[in-house]
This record gives sequence, C-alpha cells and structure tokens, in this order.
Amino acid sequence: MKAVCWHGKNDVRVDNVPDPAILNPRDAIIRITSTAICGSDLHLYNGFIPSMLRGDILGHEFMGEVVEVGAGVRNLQKGDRVVVPFTIACGNCFFCKKQMTSLCDNSNPNAAMAEAMYGYSPSGLFGYSHMLGGYAGGQAQFARVPYADIGPIKIPEGLTDEQVLFLSDIFPTGYQAAEQCNIQPGDTIAVWGCGPVGLFTMKSAFLLGAERVIAIDRFPERLSMAERFAGAVTLNYENVDVGETLKELTGGRGPDSVIDTVGMEAHGTSIDNIYDKGMQLAKIGTDRAHVLRQAIMSCRKGGTVSIPGVYGGLLNMLPMGAAHAKSLIFRMGQTHVHSYLKPLLERVQKGDIDPTYIITHRMSLDQAPEAYKMFKEKTDKCIKVVLNPWQ
Amino acid sequence: MTDTAVKQQPAILREPTDDMDFANHLPEAEKLGTGVNVGRVERMASLVGGSALVVFGITRRSKGGLMLAAAAAGLIHRGATGHCPLYEKLSITTSGEDSSETLGIHVERAISIDKPRAELYSFWRNLENLPRFMEHLQSVWLTGDRTSHWAAKGPAGKSVEWDAEIINEQENELISWRSLDGSDVPNAGTVRFVDGPKGRGTEVHVTIQYYPPGGKFGAAIAKLFGEEPSIQVEGDLQRLKRLMETGEIATTAGQSHG
Repeated sequence: MKAVCWHGKNDVRVDNVPDPAILNPRDAIIRITSTAICGSDLHLYNGFIPSMLRGDILGHEFMGEVVEVGAGVRNLQKGDRVVVPFTIACGNCFFCKKQMTSLCDNSNPNAAMAEAMYGYSPSGLFGYSHMLGGYAGGQAQFARVPYADIGPIKIPEGLTDEQVLFLSDIFPTGYQAAEQCNIQPGDTIAVWGCGPVGLFTMKSAFLLGAERVIAIDRFPERLSMAERFAGAVTLNYENVDVGETLKELTGGRGPDSVIDTVGMEAHGTSIDNIYDKGMQLAKIGTDRAHVLRQAIMSCRKGGTVSIPGVYGGLLNMLPMGAAHAKSLIFRMGQTHVHSYLKPLLERVQKGDIDPTYIITHRMSLDQAPEAYKMFKEKTDKCIKVVLNPWQ
Repeated sequence: MTDTAVKQQPAILREPTDDMDFANHLPEAEKLGTGVNVGRVERMASLVGGSALVVFGITRRSKGGLMLAAAAAGLIHRGATGHCPLYEKLSITTSGEDSSETLGIHVERAISIDKPRAELYSFWRNLENLPRFMEHLQSVWLTGDRTSHWAAKGPAGKSVEWDAEIINEQENELISWRSLDGSDVPNAGTVRFVDGPKGRGTEVHVTIQYYPPGGKFGAAIAKLFGEEPSIQVEGDLQRLKRLMETGEIATTAGQSHG
C-alpha cells in the first residue's frame, strides 16, 4: 500500500510498504477513505519529537471502512464506516475506566521509553514516535487499529467523510480544551492560535456557554477564519500588545480562561522567544513557550490555563511566580477522544457545528510532501489539509 | 552447594511459632561471629522470602503476623550476611566454597492490576502461565505439586534449563520459589498480591534474586536476563497486567513500516 513515511527533518515521502495485518485479537484493519495532516504532525516534520525512526508511517486523523477484524472484535463488521480516535486505549485499565483514555496504562508497547522521559507512560498514539507506542499511522491506504472493539465509532448514513473526520482528533481536542475551563455564564476565553485546534476550541467555548472568545494569531486568513467560523474577536499579535489589549477588552480584569493551542513551537518576536530558540538549537531546551508565558501573564486571578498544544520536553523561564500568585488552575494533556466521539457526533448531526468549514485544501495522498511543506510554511492560506489515499 | 542447603531450607515453610523468633538470635550472632555458613541459593531465598514475609507479617496486624515479620527479619539478616546464628549453634554450614561470592542481582518491582487478588494469584500459581508474560522464558512445566522445570531462551539458540520449587505459598497472597541445585542461573523469587485501596484492583509486588554465572556463557546469560534487570522485570509485570486486564499484550511487532 501507499503510506506517508517520515524520513527525517522536513522530509516525508510516499512509500510503498506492506499492507497491515491483524496482530492481536482486538485489532481491526481499516481501508482509509480520508486522512488529515494535524498541526502536531509538524512537530514531527520539524524534528522536535524524539524517538522517530526513518520509515515510520505518519498520521493520526483518519477514517475509513472496516475490511478485517480480529477474533476479539464483535461490534464491528466488514464494511462498517468508522472514525478512529488518535489515542489508542484498552478500555479496561484504571484510567480508561475513568474515561481518561489518553492515559491508558496498557496501549504503549514502549512504555519504558516514556517512563524514562515522563515518569509514567501515557497511552500509545498513531504515528507519533516510538516513545508513544511506535504505531504505524493513518496517512496511508490501510491501517491496523488496536482495541478496535472499544475505539472506532460507527458513522451513520447521510454524513460525509469531511463532516465526521475531525472527530478523530481536532474537534474533541478543541472541545476538551474548552471544557477544561469550566466555563461559566459571562466568561471571556482567550485562545492563542487560530489553527484547526484553535478554531474548534473557540467554537466549543461558545457551545459550552462562553460570553466572548478572543482569538490571537498573526495570519490574517486565520484570524478571519476565527471570526467567520467561531464568531471570535481577533487580535493580531504583530500589531497590538496582547496583554494590554486583553486587559482593556475585559474591563481590567483579564480573561477568565486562557487556552494555549500552539504548544512547543510558538513563534513570536519577543526576547524570550529568541532565548527559547537558542536553547532549542543548543539542545538544552526542547520547547518554545512564548505563548504559554503570555497566556499565564494575561490570565485573570483564579482563572484556568488550558493547554491542548503539545509540549514534548523541557522549557525554561516559565512564570511560576505569576501562576502561583494568581492561584491559576492548569489543565493539559492529550485528548481523551473516546468519551467525546458520541456527543460530538450528535453535535454534528444536529448542525451545531460544520467541521468542513475549516478545510482549505483537498489533495491526494501522493501530494503529502508538498502538503506538509505548504502547511508548515502556511502558504496558499493553508489551514487544514485532507488527503484522499485512493485518488 | 550441598544437599544440606535444601534440607535445611524448610525453616521458611514452617508456620510462625513463638520459638521461631530469629530476631532474638541476632545479638547472639555478633557474639558468636559473623562467618558465612549459609549457601548461596539459600541466602537468596532467605533474603527474598524474608523481605516478602516482613511485609506479609506486618500487614497481618496480629501477634502471629508480627512474629512472622520478626522471623522474616532474621531471614533477611541471614540472607544478607550469609550468617545464620542458629546454624552456627548447630554447627551447620551450607555455604560450600561459594562463601566469597556476592549476592547477585536483586530486583524489586510492583504494579497495580485491575483484577481481583484471587484471579491473579491462581494465574501465577499455575506456573505454566509464566512464559506468557515473562519474555525470556520459553516454557515452565510442572514436575510435582511444588516442583517445576523451567526453560529460558539461551545464547546461540540453546535453551537454559533448571528445576525450581515453591518454598512458600499463602493462598491468594504470596508465592515464593527458588531454583534447585545444579541450576545454571541460581535464582529465587517472591510475588505478593495485596488488595489495592478501596477496590483499586491488586498490587503485585515481585522480588527476584539471581546469580548470573561467570565466564562467557555467564555474560550471555546475563544478557538474556536483560541488560537492565529491573527494566526486564518491569516489562514482564507490564505484560502480565496487559494480559490480565485486556486479554492481549500491546505490540507493534510485524506492523507495516517504510
């Protein structure tokens, strides 16, 4: 089959690789009909996530048709159309039973690597480094899906791929980011980053009752998308002092919650960002945290800092004093996708949200290398790319 | 190693009684001397079994339990020092020519498994299940009620084999075993099953002690048991947890790759 493989920094290729096979009783094989490139794939593309190996199959946002199931999978049949959660979870462990599926105890075959880095291992992920499972990803024509008896959600007839594809990651990720803020009537939520996760976060904040959402980015087309898709007020950080403007817009109190959808590769022109870049280049630090610092400083007292953006390792100069002095609440982590699949599918069915709105590019899997480059460089006003593996 | 080592071993099997207060012998030991008079495997078994028994005894919260813990403390001392005051009094030595050797490799690991204690105990007690999660084991088959024959993947396609016996078992709570004489890799282990707090499954605590032999063969054996023994044991426990909780062991071996 054809698959998008990682070959090093800024180097992805479409390779011919063997078709996947059932390896465990609870596996299923999916013939992929749609697959997307995620902003977090750029952390791999840019070489910032450790333990990637040449030839690893990328991709964790995919859906398709069941073509084979293992002996332990009774709820799925050949021909079922499913969306696959990007977090791989067993459904049986302490964490899964508490719906914290991205913390599954049992799904990472390389747990020891993650334990060395993080103390304890989170769940395995599709196509996201060996430390996080080493599972072959879904930017391919087929994928093997472990624990298929509890993961994939069946899609009812009448919905297109594009309407439901983002249930695999970015819609639940944005929704969880907003939900973590425990939004109260009247709340103002500031969201850094108007990429796909940022956009779903903003939309979700309104679905959860926010009074106002303020979106922060520097790309006009993304800010415009935040206005049109989510109804956010927008700030271009190249033109305004973000902290001062947020203060003014909130009557001097500050946003009730701040959300960092950007993560470890924040851009920025300030002095701390230059410092972070230096630390990254010197391999002393792994993460650039300009957004997180600004979010912490901007948040109102007693507010919530929600972090769906991915951080990988170490970062410096975090304003812990500000966080402590203001009694901030921190919420973060990978998304517990499984528990959001059903309620968010219903949101799509009811028409509360139109996820297709953010798709700017529809390409074939063969075009993945140029799609990655375009998405990274944000050329052609690229916001979200969906790939068709069979075109 | 001599047969005496095996014959003297069953001290650990006895029910705790007031006259088995090894701890009271400790000051005596100092008076009498600290020479090594306990054999290698027996020392390991003492150490491993003793450590487990201390915890087991203390958690019993009864007079018998505390006596057991005290006796176990004696075993640990005996294991660690290779000196048994009781043996000295009785003029017994089981150490043969091994007295100068070290205690080998000692690993302690724990894992929480979301299954009832009894289920985990019976799975483990059926020793033939062990190769399903202990990566280096090829097979274990029972040769008696308490004895078994173990085979591990060895260097150059050969397997390393040994006989073992269960030296202590408390139903649904504890199993201790050790290899018998003539083993290439003398070893001993204990697994304890403890209820997690408020219905949070079972904590499985494992202690393993083994001696990689010397020489080239020994180096290959050591490798076989893992470059980092604690990681090997942790991996084994993780596989046990996965098997028991999910019915399978997560893997990517054999998947597609570019």
